Order: sequence, then structure tokens, then C-alpha cells
Amino acid sequence: MQPDLTTRVLSDPKYHELKQKRTRFGLWLTLAMLVVYYGFILLVAFDKPFLATPIAGGVTTIGMPLGLGVIVFTIVITAIYVRRANGEYDELSEQIAQGALK
Amino acid sequence: MSRSLLRAVLAGAAALAVVELARAAGADLGQAEKQPTNWTAIGMFAAFVVGTLFITKWAARRTKSAADFYTAGGGITGFQNGLAIAGDYMSAASFLGISAAVMVGGFDGLIYSIGFLVGWPIVTFLLAERLRNLGKFTFADVAAFRFDQTPMRVFAASGTLVVVAFYLIAQMVGAGQLIKLLFGLEYWIAVVIVGALMMVYVLFGGMTATTWVQIIKAGLLLAGATFMALMVLWNFGFSPEAMFAKAVEVKTGLARAGGMTPEKAVQQGVSIMGPGGFIKDPISAISFGMALMFGTAGLPHILMRFFTVPNAKQARKSVLWATTWIGYFYVLTFIIGFGAITFVLTDPQFLDVKGALLGGGNMAAVHLAKAVGGNVFLGFISAVAFATILAVVAGLTLSGASAVSHDIYATVLKKGRADSASELKVSRVTTVVLGFIAVLLGIAFEKQNIAFMVSLAFAIAASANFPVLLMSVLWKDCTTKGAVIGGFLGLISSVALTIVSPAVWEATLGNPKGSALFPYASPALFSMAIGFIGIWLFSVLDRSRRAAEDRSGFAAQQVRSETGIGAATAAAH
Repeated sequence: MQPDLTTRVLSDPKYHELKQKRTRFGLWLTLAMLVVYYGFILLVAFDKPFLATPIAGGVTTIGMPLGLGVIVFTIVITAIYVRRANGEYDELSEQIAQGALK
Repeated sequence: MSRSLLRAVLAGAAALAVVELARAAGADLGQAEKQPTNWTAIGMFAAFVVGTLFITKWAARRTKSAADFYTAGGGITGFQNGLAIAGDYMSAASFLGISAAVMVGGFDGLIYSIGFLVGWPIVTFLLAERLRNLGKFTFADVAAFRFDQTPMRVFAASGTLVVVAFYLIAQMVGAGQLIKLLFGLEYWIAVVIVGALMMVYVLFGGMTATTWVQIIKAGLLLAGATFMALMVLWNFGFSPEAMFAKAVEVKTGLARAGGMTPEKAVQQGVSIMGPGGFIKDPISAISFGMALMFGTAGLPHILMRFFTVPNAKQARKSVLWATTWIGYFYVLTFIIGFGAITFVLTDPQFLDVKGALLGGGNMAAVHLAKAVGGNVFLGFISAVAFATILAVVAGLTLSGASAVSHDIYATVLKKGRADSASELKVSRVTTVVLGFIAVLLGIAFEKQNIAFMVSLAFAIAASANFPVLLMSVLWKDCTTKGAVIGGFLGLISSVALTIVSPAVWEATLGNPKGSALFPYASPALFSMAIGFIGIWLFSVLDRSRRAAEDRSGFAAQQVRSETGIGAATAAAH
């Protein structure tokens, strides 16, 4: 990339907005994923009886919906990021590119 | 016995328990017994091979440049790439191994499969678009973007080849065992067939053929697994509670028949509904979880798939599709595992005199296929399992070949002045060499305990490739020296700690129990820390002229990684 193109993008406030917003959003979601997964693992490590508690008098335990919940959460949180990045952030990124390449 | 020694022994035992389950669910399909030749399965597999060879012929006409070979010209859509990633990631070992682990341990099998899924959001949030915007053919393009090319490429190629080698050995040995089991062919014949077919796909069809083999295989595997899971649920009126209740009843009955007291037997039966022996020691659990989570973000053959799509938008879409399919697949294997308890463990035609599964523990899903779909469906599932190994092996080989031809030959030896044709030639020669090495390793490791190899591949990817990749794209002050030294420290420490861990030191090398220096099941917690700290320390200490250049290059790199301005349109030749 030509140096002046970089300078032009760097002087665009929208670029800094994009960078800050998207990085922050990504890091928050990363944190959420870490908390959910390692929360689950720590629960398995330290409170097995809780996960093995039956729900509503049947044999199905709390652990089952919780474990499947982690799988669903993983997919949903990915979808949330992709939706926002492919919509809002890509629009911003498009504007920056147009501004810089003019 | 002193207290600390006791603690060490207990930790070792816990680690072994984790490893045992990992073995059941992971790479090692165990020593399989040869089965009678299964002609339905062989016929279906032959149909798959003929179909994919036609695709390879079609793909070969479109594979003219290095870009076609490495990235299918960048013309794969997000949806297609998502399926291909899923096809790359869902190995036969995970299909057969995880369903078997669920059959044995119930809930514990679920914990294991979750570990394999949670890395995908991390890839999406931190790497996917940056990879696509900075890279061209290999992840080294991204990691070395602003750095001194030679040392970075040497590191990245080492990281790639080491990970590929361990992953490949696990797949080849798995293939041999599985085919002996499913088709009734000799071990070495199976390994040679896998090696030869994989070479044909990669050699002639490059990434285009590899991608379509993976897509077709993912489609077949998902369809087959869906059918099995639906048949199981249908038998219980689509009530998971009814399925769980029956499974508990079966397990209780088996425990009772095994001579347990009624109370003990009930306890044993219910135990599949909650966490059991999988996680005893929290350090091993977290370390193992980290290897799976961050290893996914450092697997070279997976990272390479991000360069096959036209832009960052499609790259993100592909991870979302991949995550969805893989997550769905793990839900299916969970149902299949419970189905195996209720249909396979209760049916004498699948059991030997001692009540164990015919053909070994990993046959759970295969027997269930026969139970719910008869002989033809059994043949179908067997053929899909074989196709699965082929697809994974092809992806691995392509990734290894690109590290040699693009990173070492074109960038390090030719200083970036190699033309597309000679680079392509080197890739093809490397593919042939890797094919032969894979077959030889597969035969050499036939009788070895390879239980640790897939988790070792993930641990190395998490400790060497991932830290370097992440720090180079996100941390301004990272330098060539820091990245290379830190990366190699992560690589060496993950391998070394694995060698002195119970799984290798005791189970494979045959040293006495309790003699392993490193008591935990996975090195990732420690070796990742070593990798990251190494990168940080040697970067901040680096006052060389090159370091100043590395740091000043960050702004331009970041502009491209964030906006995609100037990103390679992989189709350009």
C-alpha cells in the first residue's frame, strides 16, 4: 500500500471509530465466550452434584440443557458478531475506503 | 508415602483419566479387529471415489496458477467455505470417538465435544477478517506481514509442518484401523489407498478439488448423522427425557448384570447424566480446554481456508456457517451416543460373549447405523467415515505443501521472485513427498499408542502459531525477534511438556506410573504462557534497527487489516 494512502486513512476519524468500535466489540464477545466456557468447565470441576441434579423429577439433569446451552451460545454469539460486522462495520469500512481512494 | 507425593500421584491419575477419555474420543481408534469384507460399504465408497475423481478432473482444468492451487482462485463463497471448514474439522475420529465416548460416559462426552467448538468464536472475533485482509496463501503471509521475512517464514513453516505431521499421523493410523474394521481390508492397504487418493486430489485438483471433497463429505456426514439421530429420537416419540430414561435403565441393568448391588447399580446408571471422571483436576481441565479452544485458531489447514473466499465479509460468513454445522454435528453425535446405549448395548448381535462391542469401543455409531438403517445404511456410514479421513488428510497435505513451496521456496529461498509456475511445481513435488511420508508414518505407527497426537497438534497450534499470529496483528510493539523467539519457545515447550506428561512418558514410552515430570493432561496452559511471555519479553528488549522498522510498519498493516484496502484479491494472477 502506498504511504500516502495509509496517511489518508489514518487521518479519517471514521477509521478510528471503526477500529475502536469493532475491536472493543470483539474483545467483549471474546470475554463473554471465555466466561461461559471456563465457567462451565469450573462448574464441572468443582460442583458436579449441581450439574447432576435432576430437573422436574425426571432423569434429565441441569447439566444437559446447560451443556447444550453452551453449544447454542457459541453459535449465537458468533452470529451476533458476524451480523454486526457484515452490516454496520462493513458500511463504515466501505466509506473509509471510498474516502481514501477518491 | 509423603503428602506431596500422594498429591502428585492423584494428579497423575486424574490426568490419565482425562487422557483415557481423550483416547476414547480422539485420535486413536485403537487396535481394531479385522472384520469380514463388507461389499456394500466398499461399493458405496467406490462411488464416492469415482465422483470425487470426476470433480478432480474438472478442478484440474481450473488449476493453472499457484493462486488456483492454494486458494481455488479465491472464488469459494462463504457458505461453501463454511461447509468445507466443517468438513476439514469433523474428523472420523470425532464422529466415531465422540459418539463412543457418549455411549461410555454420557455427559462426559458432551464436555469433550464442547471443547472442540468453543474455539470458533475466538477465530471469528479476533482473526477471520484480519487473516483475509492481510493474507494471500498461508497464515505466514499474515504473521510475517511487517516483519523480516526469512526468520518469520522459517518459524511459520516449522509450526505448520510440526502440527500437520502430528495431525497427519493420527489420521493415517486412524484410517488404517478404521478401514480394517469397516471394510475388512488389511491395514497397510488401507493406508496406501488413503495416501494415493489424497495425492491425486491435491496434486491435480489443488484447493478446488480439496474444497469440493470436503464439502461433499461434510454434506454426507451431516445427512447420515441427522438420519441416525432422527431415527433414535423417533423411537422415543421425540422425547429426550424418554431417551435418557431408557439409557439410564439400560446402564443400570448392565451394572446389575455385572454383579453390582442394586443401589450401586442405580448409582452407576444415573451417573451418565452428570459429569464423571473426565475432569478431576481443574488445572488439567483448564489446560486441555485452552489447547482445544486456542488450538483451533492456530491450525494451519483451517487458517488456510480463509484465503479461498473473495473478501472479509465472506470470511466471516464462512466461520458462522462452519460453527453452526460443527455445533449441530456435536449435538447429533450426543444423540447418537445415547442411541447406541439404548439400541446397541441391548442387542446381542453387536456384542461379544463378554458384552463388549464387536470390533472395539469405537464401533458405537457404526453398529447403531445397522440397528436403525439396516445393512445398506451401515455401508453408507462406513463409506462416509472413509471419505471423512480422505478429506481431512487432503486438507492437511495441501497446507503442508504450501508451507514448503510458498513460505520456504518462494519467499525464503527465492526472496519472493519465484514465478507462479515454478512455485506450483514445488508444491506438487512436495505433495508427492508428503504423501509418501504420510504412508510411511502411518505404517510405522501402526502399533504405537498415538492417543496424544491430536491433542498435541492442538497444543502446539495454541502455543506457537496462535500467539505469534495474534500478537503480530494486534500488538504494535511486536518485533521479528520477539515473535520468532517466543513462537519457537511455545513450540518447543509444548512438545517437551507433552513428552514428559503421563500420556507419553508412561503410556507410550513405558516408564513406571508416577514418573512423569509434568503431571497434567495438556501443556497448553503453561506453553501458551511461555509463548506469549517470550514474544512480549524479546520484543520489548529488542532495540535493533529491524525492531524500529517492525514497529513503524504497524500502522499500515493495521489500516489494511481493519479496512481491507489493498487486500489480495486472491483471484489476481
